[in-house]
Parts: sequence; C-alpha cells; structure tokens
Amino acid sequence: MPTVTASSDVLVSTDWASQHLTAATTRVVEVDVDTSAYDQGHVPGAIGWNWTTELCDTLVRDIIPADKFESLMSRSGIGNDTTVVLYGDNNNWFAAWAFWQMKIYGHRDVRIMNGGRKKWLAEGRPLDTQKPSPAAATYKAHAPDLSIRAFLPEVQEAVKSHSAALVDVRSPQEFTGEILAPSGLPETCQRGGHIPGAKSVPWGKACNEDGTFKSNADLEQLYGAVGVTPDTPVIAYCRIGERSSHTWFVLKHLLGYKDVKNYDGSWTEWGNLVGAPVEKP
Amino acid sequence: MQAEEFTHRTQELDGWEIIVETYRLGETYFTTISSADAGARFARAEGASRDEAERAAIEKAAHWLDRTRRFPTTNE
Repeated sequence: MPTVTASSDVLVSTDWASQHLTAATTRVVEVDVDTSAYDQGHVPGAIGWNWTTELCDTLVRDIIPADKFESLMSRSGIGNDTTVVLYGDNNNWFAAWAFWQMKIYGHRDVRIMNGGRKKWLAEGRPLDTQKPSPAAATYKAHAPDLSIRAFLPEVQEAVKSHSAALVDVRSPQEFTGEILAPSGLPETCQRGGHIPGAKSVPWGKACNEDGTFKSNADLEQLYGAVGVTPDTPVIAYCRIGERSSHTWFVLKHLLGYKDVKNYDGSWTEWGNLVGAPVEKP
Repeated sequence: MQAEEFTHRTQELDGWEIIVETYRLGETYFTTISSADAGARFARAEGASRDEAERAAIEKAAHWLDRTRRFPTTNE
C-alpha cells in the first residue's frame, strides 16, 4: 500500500506531528465533520475549530469573511508566520476545507497531517481532553486568492465551452442521481445527477484504507484516467464543498497541478438551480 | 489517555455498505458508522462495551438509511 512521503511542505506524518506538538512556532488544529469528536479527546495541545460556526459565514452562504478569519486566527494563537497543522475525521475532509480557506486568505505555512484523526487513534497515540487557551496573536489576512475558488458563472461557462475539466468527487450513487445525498444524510437538493460533462472520481479513491494519501504516481494515474493532467484547468465539486476541497488539495498541492479550483457551491447549488442542465447517469 | 482496541470493518446494512469503526477511551467504547461509498459519517454511539456501542450505532444507522430514497438513474 504505497503512500506519499509525508515530508513535503503541505503534508506531515503523525510521527512528525507528535514531535512538533510543543514547538512554539507550530499550532495543531483539529477540524471534524463530527463536531463532538474533539471533546472526546484530541492531539495534545491541539485546538478545535467548529466548521459549522467558525469556518462558514453563519448568515450568508459563504466562507468565513476576512475579518472573522483574522479573529479566528488571532484567538487561536496563530500569527502570519505560524506553521499550522490541520487534521480531522473522515480522512481530513474539513481539515482540507480549512486548508483551502487558509490558502484563500494567504496563510503561508499550513499543512495537513496525513491520515488525520483516524490514523492518530489507530496508532494509539496520546489524546487529551484539555482545551488549550493560547495567547492571542496578531494576524492580518491577505486579499482573498479567488484563483482557487470557482463560482457558479465559471462553472456554467465550463459546461458550455469546456474551458475546464469538471471533477465530481461524490459517491457513484450521488453522481448517477440514485441518491441525493450520502446515505444517511439529509437530502439538500431538489434533483439528482451531475453537472453535464463532469467526470466521476470519488474523493476516497485518493486515500488508502488508513486514511493516508496514495502515492503521487497512483494519484496521477487516477486523475489522468479521466483526462486530468498537470496543465488541465480543473474545477472540483461535491455536495457542499468539503469533499472537493480534499480533492483540490490533492491536485493542487500534492500533485502540483497549476489551475485547480474548488466549487464550494457544489451540488447543493447546482442541483437546486431552476433550469440548470443535469446529466444522468 | 489513548485510543485502544481500534477496529475498522466494512459490512452491509439494509443493502448499503457501511464502515464500522470502534475504539475505547478509558472505560467507554465509541462507535462511528460511515457510508462506504461517500465516506460520510452519519451515526455514532458510545457504550460500556464494544457490543453495546456498536449495537446502538448500527441501530441509529439503520434508522437513517431507511430514510434514504433511491431514484431512477435515467433521464426519463
């Protein structure tokens, strides 16, 4: 089961994380789908972010605005030069979501712990229930980098002119329209299917069973099989944008593909649009 | 504290493939259920034993899976 070497500038191993937990220049942050998981026990010294309240605008459907992002960083003890290590459950779904937002606001050194919470638990590494209270830091967000975010008009243009490859990272059953949301989760769209022309590459195909990422060679083969190559402009989407931020991370930061965007409106936007074309299966 | 007795298995539940993960923290067992295809966690439970935690989580999972509708996959 080959994995990428977790020593790049965006990916660290559980070993590396365990050796840097107390480094003054490093802050470890847990971001879970299950917002109660952090309280059960977390990597010692890690702070927890709640994606539903701290990584989304709670009024408008949008990512966190710049002023709230700065406030989140500040109270998390994160300065502009801090090395941030993100990890979480579900193979780092929302860790990738947080990574993507940190890159939008220009944070220089942010990394993901390969294998996430699952690997840390499976390896029997220490857990803590104490919540740290870091000293507030000064933080200044950069102007948002929207070259890594796709909005609806760009996706519509991609459908018309094939200006970008659309990669649907949801499950095959969501792609075909057999189900409207992952089994067991609430339906949040009116129609099932996929954006016309999109290729199905479920996000999980990028991972090994232990939650780590597959080797770069395997990943290149996976995406190359649907015509996604280093120079292909790519727009990844899922249901609400977190699974596709995982695929965006793989394509943009593990494989280094040039032009990769996350369409966070995703199927809950497209599948609810009146008159939007839908393809099945 | 550390997670102990971590287990991971795939099984079928009411026609859906699910992933069951269980571990023990102190005296409490925690079980989470995810859909195998989507990888989305949708049920969790805890208990004083592995059996108790897994039974409760699977019961919740069955409840949610029962509400998942399936649609035709053709354009008609």
